Amino acid sequence: MIELPGDLLYTEEHEWLRREDDGSVTIGITDHAQAALGDLVYVELPEVGQELDSGGDMAVVESVKAASDVYSPIAGVVEEVNESLADDPEIINGDPYGSGWIVRLRPSEKINEDELLSPIAYQELLDEEDA
Amino acid sequence: MPFIPHTEDDTREMLAAIGASSIDDLFDEIPPQLLIKSLDGVPTGLSEMEISRLMHQRAAQDGAPLCFIGAGAYEHHIPQAVWDIATRGEYYSAYTPYQAEASQGTLQTIYEYQTMITELTGLDVSNASLYDGASGLAEASLMAVRSNRKAKSGRILLAPGVNPNYEKVAVAIAGHQNITFERLPMNGSTGNAADKLDAGREPVALVIQQPSFPGTLEDVDRLTDWAHERGALVIAVVNPLSLALLKAPGSWGTRGADIAVGEGQPLGVPLSSGGPYFGFMTCRQEHVRQMPGRIVGRTTDLDDNPGFTLTLQAREQHIRRSKATSNICTNQGLMVTAATIYMSLLGFEGLRKVALRAQQNTALLVRQLTALPGVQRLYEGPHFHEVAISLDRPVAAVLQELARRNILGGYDLGNALLVCATETKTAADIDHYVDAMRDILAKQD
Repeated sequence: MIELPGDLLYTEEHEWLRREDDGSVTIGITDHAQAALGDLVYVELPEVGQELDSGGDMAVVESVKAASDVYSPIAGVVEEVNESLADDPEIINGDPYGSGWIVRLRPSEKINEDELLSPIAYQELLDEEDA
Repeated sequence: MPFIPHTEDDTREMLAAIGASSIDDLFDEIPPQLLIKSLDGVPTGLSEMEISRLMHQRAAQDGAPLCFIGAGAYEHHIPQAVWDIATRGEYYSAYTPYQAEASQGTLQTIYEYQTMITELTGLDVSNASLYDGASGLAEASLMAVRSNRKAKSGRILLAPGVNPNYEKVAVAIAGHQNITFERLPMNGSTGNAADKLDAGREPVALVIQQPSFPGTLEDVDRLTDWAHERGALVIAVVNPLSLALLKAPGSWGTRGADIAVGEGQPLGVPLSSGGPYFGFMTCRQEHVRQMPGRIVGRTTDLDDNPGFTLTLQAREQHIRRSKATSNICTNQGLMVTAATIYMSLLGFEGLRKVALRAQQNTALLVRQLTALPGVQRLYEGPHFHEVAISLDRPVAAVLQELARRNILGGYDLGNALLVCATETKTAADIDHYVDAMRDILAKQD
């Protein structure tokens, strides 16, 4: 069973976003994405202070069988990266929505929620992919 | 694993399956005016007997001269066993069979090669080889740019002793990717980097060649620390044989070099008019994801038996497509096989003896040459097996005279002559060279 927290926003590229109280946004990959990739062996992180465009390259997650780009769902500046992934990328496999977060961004423009998916819309996307 | 080409029947069947009547039909969509029917100056094919005769004739034109040229490729004794083993049917292929279930022998050989090269260079990881030393520097430069993300200038600094031909190749390969190569100033008396250096803005890496192209020994500890203090990575360009005597790049300075590359030819590969040779590349563990090329790893199968396989392939183009670390996916498998056998036969002690003899022979040659009037060393200081000699007249004319006496006297540096006497030279060979030089210099006075 794929876990899908109700308080997050999602993207068609299988990323999730959490809007934090201080206005920043935490981003990771979904449970579905980590399961599809398999055991992760490496995560390439952006640098703190780096400016990201919406849809631009943000990180690379590499498993034993594939390496995938993680795109930034919004434009923003990197405020924090999850350094513990450097030594222990499997954290994403074990806890994709919690300690397996990848990047925390400071959005550089107002987030347009219409361009993102609600948990229900993301679940529909997964159902379509399965069908 | 045998190579089985298509038979005529196979071809006919495949053509029938797609409804084509001949192979030429497959190219129908190319307009006839674009097709070239024959190439000017390219002769028609020759039979094996004809080509064998032609190549023997051409080879004989070299006349087996006494060779004192180095400058990046070196004449060394290659034990007969090296190529006897390397040309066995199981190894003898221009292509490397990577399929793990069918190629354990080849993969193990490459794994052993990687182990030996990491030991020689004192670094953590080796790839399965690159084309040659020069393209190795280009790949190392691209790798440094990927690895050192904090430095955004694209500036690669070159110590004065980096082979100018390597620089040309690096510029040709990496120069169109917003990467620039800049030489550091030279100290005129030592031939090495000047005492006072300016790194400029955000240097990506410093390339240090040891021994330097004109044969000097650079202060690699000082330069390595200098580069690291300025946020630059250090790329070592080294002669693998010299590492039997000199400090391994992994031990340069406080932290050691980050990447080492070089020409593998001295390890059992014949000169053969310039190739094929192979490039080697090793790096520290932290840079392995940015390393180009194949890497063979050791693992265990389901039954816990040890085995060998390609590893870290997610960097490579068949998985990462346009975002691959590099599009170098070929290595010089056969040359690497020869080098592995060469190193196995000699062992570290054997390599050390070869290196030492080459160093001593060159020292003897230089001592005798510089005793001649008008001949002196271009740079002071210690050397390995190559030394730049200045003459009191144009080098090219002297080299021509030596060639008439069937001696390849060295590499023309323009202002000096770069000479090398490897372990293949006897005291009599060296005397012969020095006598010829004495004679030529006396005549032209």
